[in-house]
Amino acid sequence: MTEITIEMVLKRAEADAQTYGYYLTPDPNLLQGLLEGLKVNEERYGYPSCPCRLASGKFEYDRDIICPCDYRDPDVAEFGACYCRLYVSKDVFEGKKELPTVPERRPLEKQSRAYMATSTSKAETAVGQTTVTVKAAEKEIAETKPKLWYCKQCGYVVFRDEPPYICPICKAKREMFAEIKTRIDFVG
Amino acid sequence: MPFSKVSGTNNAHKVVVYALSTCVWCKMTKQFLKDSNVEFEYIDVDLCEESEKARIREELQNKSGGLSYPTTIVDDKIVIVGFRKDKLKEALGI
Ligand code: SF4
Repeated sequence: MTEITIEMVLKRAEADAQTYGYYLTPDPNLLQGLLEGLKVNEERYGYPSCPCRLASGKFEYDRDIICPCDYRDPDVAEFGACYCRLYVSKDVFEGKKELPTVPERRPLEKQSRAYMATSTSKAETAVGQTTVTVKAAEKEIAETKPKLWYCKQCGYVVFRDEPPYICPICKAKREMFAEIKTRIDFVG
Repeated sequence: MPFSKVSGTNNAHKVVVYALSTCVWCKMTKQFLKDSNVEFEYIDVDLCEESEKARIREELQNKSGGLSYPTTIVDDKIVIVGFRKDKLKEALGI
């Protein structure tokens, strides 16, 4: 496995910011701290989960908080920064707007999964109730299957559990996404 | 993992910080309290045992109504979510 460096984490964030028209936080100490957190998480879990949120260590549970997380686009659009304030809008970058405080948009049920995800066996020994919750969460995962979604405004297609909050291509809202229901019939 | 204690001369209040070791805003909160000589306790929840996490979740959710980091609780009643210098100063009278 290749070693993960701060440089790599920075390059990836810069490239991503550029692609989507965002900026990285202008405060160098804050930026350094955020990149270090991402690096530690990538080393620990195998993917760069959000440094400001508790990850479960299970990919299926953490998918929505792998940086850049599902909540970044709506948060930058609404507040001018993502939850951790790694990605910011142009106005914040240029100092025309103060660095905002961004409330947590991730639903509490999803946050809760981090407290019962890894090692079911250990959780089972803890409290009876935890066992039930773990089972319920696992069932839920089995039930959420990725689907094909398309943006009615620009035609962007994505394969995931839920449609994105904002279309990464044309910035249309979630409501503009519709599921593609395909049926393949083999005749004759 | 138990709570770690940081001593300080400003010890009139009971200050507890729920934090993540990877979170820069949590680090800033701890640093601000240290720089202000405030006595406090903290826990890095991501470094806790799995069995402990369930317990901490209950505790944090009961006290603050959420699961965000950092959450600072002053005297078991004032809840400050995020690194909010203004609110910390106000709550601690510093
Ligand atoms: S909140 Fe920001 S830093 Fe955290 S995962 Fe989302 S995009 Fe990345």
